Amino acid sequence: MKQASRWFSRNLIRIYAFIGFAYLFLPIIYTIAFSFNNSTKSNLVWVGFTWNNWLNPCGAPDVCNALGNSLKIGVLATFFATILGTLMAFAMGRYAFKGRSVVNILIFLPMATPEIVMGASLLTMFISFGFNPGFWTIVIAHVMFCISFVVVTVKARIASLDPRLEQAAMDLYADERETFRRVTLPLVAPGIAAAALLAFSLSFDDFIITNFNSGDVNTFPKFVYISAQRGLPPQANVIGSSMFLIALIIVLMGQFVGRRRAGVR
Amino acid sequence: MVDASSSAHGDLILKNLTKTFGEFVAVDDLDLVIPEGSFFALLGPSGCGKTTTLRMVAGLEEPTSGTIFIGKSEITYEKPYKRPVNTVFQNYALFPHLSIYENIAFGLRRRGVKDVDDQVQKALDLVELTHLASRKPNQLSGGQQQRIALARAIVNRPALLLLDEPLGALDLKLRRAMQIELKWIQTEVGITFVHVTHDQEEAMTMADTIAVMNEGKIEQMGSPADLYDNPQTSFVANFLGQSNLIKGSIVDSSGESAVVDVFGTKIGLPVLRNHAHDSSVLVGIRPEKIRIAPAGTQMNGNILEGGVISDASYIGVSTQYQVEMPWGQELMVFEQNDDGTPPLSKGDSVVLSWSPIFTFGLAGDQDVNAGSEAHPESE
Repeated sequence: MKQASRWFSRNLIRIYAFIGFAYLFLPIIYTIAFSFNNSTKSNLVWVGFTWNNWLNPCGAPDVCNALGNSLKIGVLATFFATILGTLMAFAMGRYAFKGRSVVNILIFLPMATPEIVMGASLLTMFISFGFNPGFWTIVIAHVMFCISFVVVTVKARIASLDPRLEQAAMDLYADERETFRRVTLPLVAPGIAAAALLAFSLSFDDFIITNFNSGDVNTFPKFVYISAQRGLPPQANVIGSSMFLIALIIVLMGQFVGRRRAGVR
Repeated sequence: MVDASSSAHGDLILKNLTKTFGEFVAVDDLDLVIPEGSFFALLGPSGCGKTTTLRMVAGLEEPTSGTIFIGKSEITYEKPYKRPVNTVFQNYALFPHLSIYENIAFGLRRRGVKDVDDQVQKALDLVELTHLASRKPNQLSGGQQQRIALARAIVNRPALLLLDEPLGALDLKLRRAMQIELKWIQTEVGITFVHVTHDQEEAMTMADTIAVMNEGKIEQMGSPADLYDNPQTSFVANFLGQSNLIKGSIVDSSGESAVVDVFGTKIGLPVLRNHAHDSSVLVGIRPEKIRIAPAGTQMNGNILEGGVISDASYIGVSTQYQVEMPWGQELMVFEQNDDGTPPLSKGDSVVLSWSPIFTFGLAGDQDVNAGSEAHPESE
């Protein structure tokens, strides 16, 4: 008994860590496991193991159409949000202009606004402008809420940049453009990349705002939500698992590249 | 693109250079000529305006008024990348995303120089770090980064090399080694070095000429020996090493050596070393120039009697004494432990003496403690 309690107290941190990670990862493991479930109607009970879902990810009706839309919207929203957000971050991080502190607060507002409110009011706005909800209204909405996150991420990177590096570049005969191209941009690039990944995942993931502004265009989160009501096909798990694995690979690659860039061997 | 090697050459000339930040005057009407090819140090406590001066020369700060010339060409408002000036930054500012090779090649590439490879190799040879060319800056030690920062600047053969506290981040031993190496490299390349530091020992080790700066102005300029042996202000006397400054009044200045009355004792002060404007004078003497002996001992030269040792610390090569004088002032005395006599101890009555030729005189209205509180050792 005494021995057991000593073992317990010695390994307390490990047990705690195990429980913590289990809490974080069990749902993901569940998702991956059920992507191999040989279910026919509803993917809620384990029937048996099969490769079929992975070999035929577009097997369920409309799933790949929805996925395709989500990917297209994600790429477009990321592209515009990253460009606009990065420019804003440079303006706010580098230049002292009148009303900068107000702009700093305004940038946070879209993040603080409840999505459900924003989704509803965006729809009102689009209709009053005479836009039919559809593919492009989704893109516009996504760009809008991604920008704040891009600005915050890139601005943090710019703030951590040593101003002496740019001064050193100027001292070494690089004019303003060359300094930006050779020193500033390469050093801020990891922040821009992180912001783009964040924007993509926010866009890909979004259901609430999308649902209001999508009209009859289907996206992957919308597909999952709708089909969950009459039985989720295992293909949804296949796509969810693939996205998770792709994200994992990107993160690992980012770590690897980051370490190489930093020169740690 | 600028070809630094063929453009402006010559002395660096600052005329009426002033920089204010709001109410604060960082650099106050500075006039300075730094001769071509010299190793020049701007020495002063933090906030004295030395770094601001350097940044104005580099083009990283715009002067409020005044002009900057290199030889005959004015560069006061020239962009930093159009000046034949390179800087070794404090903490080096090496580009973390570029290899050591590309860091050094940076300036050459921007100027469109043809034989980049050859020149980078030569610069790496000069600082003896050829084997590190492919590394990234953060794989290098502080001392190695320092040398790369130097190589990155020198490779451009500027008319002027600015060094902003270049050795500040290194430990004492490495700093000593780099002082000697910097001096050697300067002689080797023959470029004008302008070195900014708060470390008086560093300035004295390397520079041909030192300008001591205080509150935006130059207090005194001269060779290290000149500044140390014959300071003209109490700030210089205290900032460079330590000094005993005793109030007195000149009673006779007819001969080559003036006679000064200090609290009833007459002592000699060479007229050429007296910088007081009137009879009110601060008599200065360096602690290591004073000899100390038990009271009653026969002494020569300037003699001050009636001292009592209030503190004695034995530090190996020498013993440092604090001696309380009859008028309440404590004088410092450094005595070499070279004559076999046991050091004196606390409470002993002593007599102090020194050769009159070491005495210097400062204006009597100067602050006795100026510069001592800003001393780097007390930072």
